[in-house]
Amino acid sequence: MSSNDISPPKAQVNRPRRTRLQNAFREILKAPITAKFGMLVILTYGFVAIFAPFLTPYSETEIVGPEFDVWGNEFILGTDGLGRDMLTRLLFGARNTVGIAFITTLLAFVIGGIMGLLSAIYTGWFDQVASRVVDVLMAIPQLIFALMLLTIFGTSIPILIIVIATLDATRIFRVTRAVSLNVVVLDYFEAARLRGERIFWLCIREILPNITAPLLAEFGLRFCFVFLMIAALSFLGLGIQPPTADWGSMVRENAVLITYGDITPILPAIAIAILTLGVNFLVDWFLHKSSGLKDGH
Amino acid sequence: MNKILLMILQRFGLGLLTLFVVSIIIFVGVEFLPGDIAEALLGQGASPENVAALRHELGLDRPAHTRYIDWWAGVLQGDLGTSLANRRDIAELITFRLSNTLFLALTAAAISVPLALLFGILAALYRNSLYDRSVNVVTLGAVSAPEFLTAYVLILYFSVKLGWFPSLSNIDQDTSFIDKLHQVALPAITLMGVILAYMMRMVRASIINLLASAYIEMAHLKGMPKFRVIVKHALPNAWAPIANIIAISLAYLVVGVVVVEVVFIYPGLGQLMVDSVSNRDIPVVQACSMIFAGTYILLNLTADIVSICTNPRLLHPK
Repeated sequence: MSSNDISPPKAQVNRPRRTRLQNAFREILKAPITAKFGMLVILTYGFVAIFAPFLTPYSETEIVGPEFDVWGNEFILGTDGLGRDMLTRLLFGARNTVGIAFITTLLAFVIGGIMGLLSAIYTGWFDQVASRVVDVLMAIPQLIFALMLLTIFGTSIPILIIVIATLDATRIFRVTRAVSLNVVVLDYFEAARLRGERIFWLCIREILPNITAPLLAEFGLRFCFVFLMIAALSFLGLGIQPPTADWGSMVRENAVLITYGDITPILPAIAIAILTLGVNFLVDWFLHKSSGLKDGH
Repeated sequence: MNKILLMILQRFGLGLLTLFVVSIIIFVGVEFLPGDIAEALLGQGASPENVAALRHELGLDRPAHTRYIDWWAGVLQGDLGTSLANRRDIAELITFRLSNTLFLALTAAAISVPLALLFGILAALYRNSLYDRSVNVVTLGAVSAPEFLTAYVLILYFSVKLGWFPSLSNIDQDTSFIDKLHQVALPAITLMGVILAYMMRMVRASIINLLASAYIEMAHLKGMPKFRVIVKHALPNAWAPIANIIAISLAYLVVGVVVVEVVFIYPGLGQLMVDSVSNRDIPVVQACSMIFAGTYILLNLTADIVSICTNPRLLHPK
């Protein structure tokens, strides 16, 4: 696959070096079809999330027609049990569900990443305490823990984000700590430390550039996980609360239509599956690329 | 042998310690409730007498540590307290549901574990073939779909269109085994879809890892048949990762049942827990969390022990 981009030697040898952007672009063109599908999906979802209000004439909570209207009359995908436009709610779901999952993953990375980096640098009591706490937190199934915490603190969006981000940060802590530990033992890191660099510099300039690839892949995987978990919680009626348009709770609200053989309730679930699949495909390709492992013959 | 026994005891002790810490978290969590549980439960319009009565019933008028000790004393005697929602004994409430949940999870596991091993090993053997690539795409797809999507698609086709299986599980004490299997079919298939895909990917990865070792190449070079290499040389070393994968998948089942039970209104522990969370029925949530966490810890513990037993090198950590 990679043999055809070695171009034959040409007359003018000193062409300007390709910039990083050009390199990235070439890699993307060479990507397998699954990874291209993943990128297309992510771009589309991002576009819909940002421009949702401009893509539809209605608002997400507006009652616009009769209840459970069928497809294609006035509303392309019909209406839900309260007479709200299905398509509008699907489009706004991209903004709410994906947006909340994205913010949660970011927060989880900030918490888990910082703790992981500090644990790798201060290998002493700090590392011991943080690691044991994480061990215990990981001994409880995440969904069960989330359910318990939501019982205690109630269900609102900020609490949902904080609870899931904290629980998910445990996984990120482990990954960050493990990959940073490999960097901390290297000579250049020791040199930086002896130079008396501050902790902030050590993290940002010495460790982070060397662990970006595994962390990026982890971000994709964690996003899928958080996204599915929030969808599951909302489906159970304990996550994002109505009337916010959200894919998980939309499935639940319209589930009764299934018994009439109508596939409308499945559409939000399919929207969830396609995004997760896209991200997974992209991470799969990225991991394959960055690990340099090409398990060939 | 003694060393193994000691290790098992050690791990078991560690597991118990974890469970103990978990119980503290579960218990202390309630203490952090903003305001007072009794007031929160009864709402704003409750009379002070009612609140005081509920506080007394919940034991909130006693200090936290005595309540915690009392709770453990009760748990050890099989008394989990009473539900706030319907005043029923929790132990009684849970027993039947727990057996249903175990039945569902075990059915799913019994079918998916052997299949995952078989397909995973095949994918590793013929890697980069058309079979392997399609397996990769299909399993990624299965892992990506939320459980409720699989569940509703199954309901749509097998229950609504074909009418083969019921869309709601209707199980009580008198349901016969065959009838139970029929009822449990769709929930079990939903659960299988996810763990089967996950296990296959992991089995494939761990076998490929092994097949790259030098001693396997040696076995190939001396002319051993491919099948014999796998069974005689690769498998003994693969048991540890495979046991781990199975245990992790079963632990995943513990959580996966929650959503699936809600979709099929299956009378199990997960459904009970979700209902109790929405009612803020805290004693039931505590009891369910303890059972789920205990099972999870036990499964991870088993995976640890199996992988150490099958790989003596792990007994002597550097």
